Amino acid sequence: MTATATNMRVGANKAAAKPRALIMRTDVLVFLAFLALVTVGATVLAQAGLVSVSFVKLLGKTLCLCLAALAMDLVWGYTGILSLGHFAFFGIGGYAIGMWLMWDRTELIVMDTLLRAELPPTALEIEEAIGTQIFGVVGSSDIPWLWTFAGSLPLQLAFAVLVPGLIALVFGWLAFRSRVAGVYLSILTQAGTLALSLWLFQNDSGLRGNNGLSGLQNLPGLDDVPQSVVSLWFLWASAFALGLGYILAVWTVSGRFGSVLRGIRDDEARVRFLGYEVEHYKLAIFTGTAMACGIGGALYYPQAGIVNPTEIAPIASIYLAVWVAIGGRGRLYGAVIGAAVVSLLSSWFTGGGAPDIDLGFYVIKWTDWWLVLLGSSFVLVTLFAPKGLGGFVDLWTNRRSTRRDDLGPDQGSLRAEEETP
Amino acid sequence: MSALLEVSGVSKSFDGFKAIDNLSFSIGEPELRAIIGPNGAGKTTFMDLVTGKTRPDSGTIRYGSASQDLTKMSEARIARAGIGRKFQKPTVFDDQTVTENLTMALKSPRSPFTVLMRRPSLVERAAEVADQVGLRGDMGRRAGTLSHGQKQWLEIGMLLAQEPRLLLVDEPAAGMTAAERERTTAMLVEAAKSRAVVVIEHDMEFVRRLKCRVSVLHEGRVLAEGSLDHVCADPRVIDVYLGRQEAVDA
Repeated sequence: MTATATNMRVGANKAAAKPRALIMRTDVLVFLAFLALVTVGATVLAQAGLVSVSFVKLLGKTLCLCLAALAMDLVWGYTGILSLGHFAFFGIGGYAIGMWLMWDRTELIVMDTLLRAELPPTALEIEEAIGTQIFGVVGSSDIPWLWTFAGSLPLQLAFAVLVPGLIALVFGWLAFRSRVAGVYLSILTQAGTLALSLWLFQNDSGLRGNNGLSGLQNLPGLDDVPQSVVSLWFLWASAFALGLGYILAVWTVSGRFGSVLRGIRDDEARVRFLGYEVEHYKLAIFTGTAMACGIGGALYYPQAGIVNPTEIAPIASIYLAVWVAIGGRGRLYGAVIGAAVVSLLSSWFTGGGAPDIDLGFYVIKWTDWWLVLLGSSFVLVTLFAPKGLGGFVDLWTNRRSTRRDDLGPDQGSLRAEEETP
Repeated sequence: MSALLEVSGVSKSFDGFKAIDNLSFSIGEPELRAIIGPNGAGKTTFMDLVTGKTRPDSGTIRYGSASQDLTKMSEARIARAGIGRKFQKPTVFDDQTVTENLTMALKSPRSPFTVLMRRPSLVERAAEVADQVGLRGDMGRRAGTLSHGQKQWLEIGMLLAQEPRLLLVDEPAAGMTAAERERTTAMLVEAAKSRAVVVIEHDMEFVRRLKCRVSVLHEGRVLAEGSLDHVCADPRVIDVYLGRQEAVDA
């Protein structure tokens, strides 16, 4: 408590002194330098053949998850809206870009085959062949209306951002306008997410049911570019998106806008009596972060290669909240640290990287026990270290802070003030 | 003197209990008015009605030169129209500095887009307000570390920063030391020189120091109005309010 108080005071004074030099702030510079180090380092090591393509992809994917966590921190850590649906927006971004990737590649393959036939193919034949290729797996060859613009990269890229944005806008408008807040809002977002994933699981949803979209790692027309190069492109794109996202997030939470967001988190009614339309602010942050998640997903799934309805299920959004809580909500780098550490650890534990522990009478297999470990860390962090991993940064930056801010009995006010009225 | 706030024939019940019963009240500007009354007289409900937190079952609440109907406006719009409210217990944003608290309150555009995109420096204006409420030296401090009295002043400062035409203040002196009370009285009297201020208070001694007109509320109605001495002499007031207090004291 004492340490934070001092830290925030120093921070506020700095911010007040130089409001424009946002990008020059220490935390932003440290973050960008670290991001550049990771990206450049991975690139050099990959070129030298010291790390595998799958490692580069893992790194790239992790950066996308960090972007989603950043969005989650804005909406939950700063504004206090515990959305259990933000990972669905991430998935929708993946679906939007995945549709183009699948369509375009299938079209190229189909054209290649049909052009060898004796008669030139008609447009209808081409469409039917594509339909059979993509939707044969769900026993259909009709092209659903959802795929109307699947052949256009610019449109599908726009959809990756606009569809999450639109869903968030409509959902948020309905929920916030009726003053649904707190745990009820969480349940509502979770229900919406569940409904979306259940719909996607159906074969006639038009998005290949539980098969999802696959083969997304292959970029259409770039078959001769090896994955080792493609993976680096995506790593750089993901790093760029995360860096930009971080600067935008810092900009958003600084100044009066950030004050209002934190005010809404701590005392919504009070913010209303100050004359701010709380609902508009919530809607703006909910929609904006949904769009950021869409971008993250559009970059993530081409690296993962596959997107299916499991990715959209509520559990994924709960993980997102867990990452932010473990990393430390209400501080942007905390969210990034949490997402990176937990998702990398998760890959290590579930990917068989962690050695099994033989207790003699029982062997702890981490593939089975990882979730238990994650769950208990979440509980422990919530109970004993509400600042999360980000709290360690405080310890680091406040080593030299003195204990002159002695807190008195009156709800955190200074003892010195209490004694001298 | 035309009225700034005109409450007429307003009623509000909660589950059959009539919190406000055909209440009529008006205040012009500038004026300082105290509202007193025993517990459950409907003082806080009255504030909730004016600030849009609750909607009346019947009656009208008109405000300002354009006679806007407050019963149809959102809390935020009412606040932007120039009605400020101070709650019973100090409600400041503990997690934010005095400067941040004041900056949020300063009269300025409130729409999310404008607040996000346009960032004029409001520090000087915040400093002026901090001066008025004696927190100039504490501007960089987190509000959570302020003493109880300082929090009350910060909240009054936030209200002044909103530049309201009508200020509703709920029990400003609660939990304050004698010195803090004196200072609070001065702040309220000063504020009432240029705007309408309604003070809800239990503490008769504090009301006496405000030297203003008093409205006595009882069972959701205005029982008596006038100077403190005048209403204190009213037998009905003695009966419902002072009599009861003496009974409690005895």
